Amino acid sequence: MTPEIQQLVYLTFILMLAIFVGFELIAKVPATLHTPLMSGSNAISGITLVGALVSAGAEHAQLATWLGAAAVTLATINVVGGYLVTDRMLAMFKKKATGGAK
Amino acid sequence: MNSALIINFAYILSALGFIIGLKMLGSPATARKGNGLSALAMLLAIAVTLLDKEIITFSWIVGAMVLGTVIGVLAARLVAMTSMPEMVALFNGFGGAASLLVGWAALYSGAATTFVAITIVLSILIGGVTLSGSFIAWGKLAEKLPGRAITFTGQAIVNGLIVITLLANALWFVQSPTVDSVHLYAVIGVALLFGIMLVIPIGGADMPVVISLLNSYSGLAACAAGFVLNNNLLIVSGALVGASGIILTNIMCKAMNRSLANVLFSGFKAVKKSTT
Repeated sequence: MTPEIQQLVYLTFILMLAIFVGFELIAKVPATLHTPLMSGSNAISGITLVGALVSAGAEHAQLATWLGAAAVTLATINVVGGYLVTDRMLAMFKKKATGGAK
Repeated sequence: MNSALIINFAYILSALGFIIGLKMLGSPATARKGNGLSALAMLLAIAVTLLDKEIITFSWIVGAMVLGTVIGVLAARLVAMTSMPEMVALFNGFGGAASLLVGWAALYSGAATTFVAITIVLSILIGGVTLSGSFIAWGKLAEKLPGRAITFTGQAIVNGLIVITLLANALWFVQSPTVDSVHLYAVIGVALLFGIMLVIPIGGADMPVVISLLNSYSGLAACAAGFVLNNNLLIVSGALVGASGIILTNIMCKAMNRSLANVLFSGFKAVKKSTT
């Protein structure tokens, strides 16, 4: 096996395990948490920022740097906005819950 | 210790943070902490990535991150509580766009092998569909677009043609993956069109389910970008979001007593019903 194929097999192995973890993580979620969960996992998908950082900083070509910089901006909006919005939603739930207990 | 080792070790911690964070998000008592943990894991991942040897200049990165943070904070703070779902759709669209751009930019990093070319096409395709689909979903929820299902005669045929064009151009591009390939631009354009066509036949009330599905797609796009860049954290996080997103979409459909297929294709059924 060439190293490249070995790397591919290794990455596919990781992919398969991660998919199973993803399936298992979300089992019984109350309906009120559907939107925050969606929003929270949406923020995680902003992880593409990590890839964008390398594209923006690697100086392969001028256009690649611009594409990378645009990707960094968009992914940062996704990450920062995503986590803050989720937190706002969840903060609202907490208030409601304590209000109900009183 | 070399930087690659530190980065990969930190990536393991980040992946762990995302997994535990997602798990905690599923229960009301721990949800807020879970979100915080996940955000912390993201911060760690970003911080250690800056140690990457390939990153030479930081000026673009700093500028882009400051701009993105300002926009993200303002958008998240200023949005009305009632328009949260469309904000999530918009953020999701940005995430998809970022994956598209990462795939595109990766073309410039040297000659791409066939496998890398395939993953580049996948990240551009899924990212593009996520981008335009999310924007249509946002438009429908924000009432910038008509909320009803938009259908027309021959829609299925048009969609079929789009899929064929998309596949043909993707194949041509993979044959010769060059930076200035016409087929690259064709894939980007047609993927954007496909995203629009996927979401317009779905009614406004079903948009949360669609956003959840598009969120799952943006995870898959990040996953494809991970294969392009040989980055295992992107693959793990992308797969997590992709898989949990599909499950969540399914749960949301069940809560409405419907199947996913029913939500996605109900617009077409309505047309058939009205014509017969």
